Amino acid sequence: MPYPEELKKLIKTVESTRAERVERKKNDQEVPFMTLDERHDILQHHPDFKEEGRRELQAGPSKGYKIAHEMADLLEAKSRVDPDKINLENIDHETDVLIIGGGGAGTAAALLAQEQGVRVTIATKLRHGDANTMMAEGGIQAATKGHKDSPYYHYLDVMGGGHFKNNPDLVETLVTKAPDAIKWLESLGCNFSKFPDGTLHTIHGGGTSRKRMHYAADITGAEMMRTIRDEARNRPGQIDLIEFSPAVELILNDKGECAGAVLYNLETEEYLIVKAKAVVMATGGCGRLHIQGFMTTNHYGATADGIVMGYRAGVPICFLHTVQYHPTGIVFPEQAEGILITEKFRGSGANLVNIEGQQFVNEREPRDVEASAIIKECVVNEKGVPTPTGKLGVWLDSPMIDMLSGEGTVEREFPGKYILFKRYGIDISKEPMLIYPTLHYQNGGLDFKNTGETDVPGLFVAGEVGGGIHGENRLMGNSLLDIMVYGRIAGETAGKYAKEYTNGGKLTLEHVVKYNKEIDDAGVGGGRVAPMILPDYTDPRTREKQLTTNYVGTLR
Amino acid sequence: MSTTTEQTAVEAKMIPIYVMGKKYEVPETLTIMKALEYAGYKYIRGCGCRGGVCGACSTVYRKPGDYKIYTGLACQTVVEPEMYLTQLPFYPANRATYDFHALEGNPEEIFGLYPELFRCVACNACSKVCPMDVEVMDYIAALKRGDIAAAAQISFDCIQCGLCASRCMGELPQYHIGQLARRINGAYLTPRAEHLATMVANIEAGRYTECLNKLKSADEDELKRLYTEERELEPAQAGEDWTPKENVCL
Ligand SMILES: Cc1cc2nc3c(=O)[nH]c(=O)nc-3n(C[C@H](O)[C@H](O)[C@H](O)COP(=O)(O)OP(=O)(O)OC[C@H]3O[C@@H](n4cnc5c(N)ncnc54)[C@H](O)[C@@H]3O)c2cc1C
Ligand code: SF4
Ligand code: SF4
Ligand code: FES
Repeated sequence: MPYPEELKKLIKTVESTRAERVERKKNDQEVPFMTLDERHDILQHHPDFKEEGRRELQAGPSKGYKIAHEMADLLEAKSRVDPDKINLENIDHETDVLIIGGGGAGTAAALLAQEQGVRVTIATKLRHGDANTMMAEGGIQAATKGHKDSPYYHYLDVMGGGHFKNNPDLVETLVTKAPDAIKWLESLGCNFSKFPDGTLHTIHGGGTSRKRMHYAADITGAEMMRTIRDEARNRPGQIDLIEFSPAVELILNDKGECAGAVLYNLETEEYLIVKAKAVVMATGGCGRLHIQGFMTTNHYGATADGIVMGYRAGVPICFLHTVQYHPTGIVFPEQAEGILITEKFRGSGANLVNIEGQQFVNEREPRDVEASAIIKECVVNEKGVPTPTGKLGVWLDSPMIDMLSGEGTVEREFPGKYILFKRYGIDISKEPMLIYPTLHYQNGGLDFKNTGETDVPGLFVAGEVGGGIHGENRLMGNSLLDIMVYGRIAGETAGKYAKEYTNGGKLTLEHVVKYNKEIDDAGVGGGRVAPMILPDYTDPRTREKQLTTNYVGTLR
Repeated sequence: MSTTTEQTAVEAKMIPIYVMGKKYEVPETLTIMKALEYAGYKYIRGCGCRGGVCGACSTVYRKPGDYKIYTGLACQTVVEPEMYLTQLPFYPANRATYDFHALEGNPEEIFGLYPELFRCVACNACSKVCPMDVEVMDYIAALKRGDIAAAAQISFDCIQCGLCASRCMGELPQYHIGQLARRINGAYLTPRAEHLATMVANIEAGRYTECLNKLKSADEDELKRLYTEERELEPAQAGEDWTPKENVCL
């Protein structure tokens, strides 16, 4: 729906200060960046700092670690199926490398594993490519322009963004393998935006010291995802695909090695056994847990399943005490709530503006700082803009972009968002957007090494499900990078491991039995089962009448 | 486990819609996707990104007294009174298999892999049905002329939902052909980035190893110092040829 009268009036205030703000932008007169101390202060308004939002885990390898209740609820839960009912001798599918999750990390891993000369199977929850990767718009970082940038500066930026807590080995590998990942995508036919001579377009993102964000119009992730998915489809018989079949448990063998997974066919409701020599966990993020009630940018299947499975199998978790809220999610119109407005809008010159038409923060602060500043402006300073549904937001002044870079820039550079808003009768090249922070990225995850290995032999990790690369806060563009770099590494390591793997042992779900017992002993299960698989958005009044269904995720 | 954030409690006017012919009353402000969930459906198919980019949720509908077929993405389209709809989460379409690196990137290769390209009768049903407003017929026409770059450009916003294939007179799998065109365009018709290849070679030759080792062994205070004091920021409006004053570790 178009802006109602009240909001149109408030837009007038934004317009009244626009010309002056555009002038300042042109002259590089920015609101100064915050010092590290100022950052520290403003972060007190970040949801991560709410003590009542988290609790100490009572079970598993990271017992005692404090994380969000919504995540803790899933880790302090029992298996979806009684492990004793599963007959592990009845194998439905056998492969060398099983990849769990058909997003960017999983698909890159599948390609590289296959190139080691082994058979690969991808098992995924929805369709191949229905993933957060498909949704990424803004871009992918890599230091590719030697006259002004290098992995050295990329490293510093990554560490600064992550509050200097990141795992140095993981960061080093990320930044040194970055250009090669871009080159690989280029060779597979990914259409990055380029100058006519082939030079890649690069722009800034929050927290970058050099313009090193590469992009493919405003659908970078989709362009990457559909390119590598197409390549995976070119290798039938070597890369098999099982869709609509999420994994619900890992299978180990009696030597403690990872040896496959139990899948759940969402359509027939059967549980299936896949036996493998190596498993790559690439299930992505957790936005659909709606931590602290936040709206989310994530796809439908982002429910942290991989964390639950890996944790039960014995892999510790790290950096899950921080969750990333993207500063700019749509709050109006309501139908588009939570949807991400890429940072590129700010990189291209759009200001964040309060109800009085004033800019209140530099638009290129790291995400957690930026999000905290918006929350503070709305909640503490009371300068937010009220929406018709009673929420608060601030303006993202997109029309500035056309004024800075010429009429038609918004439509050309942001076709996706331009069309989306146009459907609701809002022309974002003429009217600003109303935004608020939205749950976006799972900074932490399963602990792993820069080879993709975990504490469990035969279990490898890649992508958003892993933790450590981004420390306490990921910078824009480093996740698409991480899934390519580490997807390829995990695939290669797993492929080589599977190729050389000879022994093998008896399959077991003993670790699940034990975990269930630990939950019972600690008295914390609360009748919950996990992983969640899919969120439930049924209207509560309807659900009340669904008397014979036992809604716990999709468990029917 | 109920996660109800997607539904707002605010009361909106209720309107009737027909889901596969069956009537439901839903709030008029919801998208088709949220309206179905409101009604009690739980998605397995027909829902993916919920953000208009994955192509899982294509929906076909009509309005009373109107002969036209309308299409849209369930996650993006707001319900209308009396609309009657069905989702089409999947539509079979043949896809050719090829060894991408063995291609040379010429139109004849596409003609060979997809000879049905020439079965197009230029009826334009595909463009009309596309929920992304892609001019599907135009990219097919461009390919028939051998203009791969144009096809890549015209098809760029395709989310591979399959609706075009469902309506095609010539039984073409348009979106698979478009995908091949885009890959050829990216890898063979666009110049490779030289600065990228140079950087990869420099990294492999160990040009930055020493600098990175220094960073890796630095303690947190030293890192913070380097971050705040020795990290020159490229100005937002700087041009392509900007160079930093300090060229440490370049
Ligand atoms: C809207 C949006 C915009 C973004 N923009 C950017 C950006 O501009 N730059 C950037 O660097 N990053 C961006 N990100 C972050 C980035 O896209 C993701 O972090 C990254 O793509 C994650 O990749 P992945 O392969 O690890 O996970 P995903 O791409 O989410 O893939 C995980 C896959 O695993 C499947 N899965 C989940 N559970 C199971 C299970 N139990 N069994 C089997 N399969 C399962 C899922 O269905 C999915 O297909 C963005 C994210 C979002 C949501
Ligand atoms: S071109 Fe075809 S597959 Fe692509 S979005 Fe349009 S209708 Fe869907
Ligand atoms: S629907 Fe098929 S036949 Fe008709 S214009 Fe499109 S591609 Fe050609
Ligand atoms: S759910 Fe992905 S396009 Fe609608």
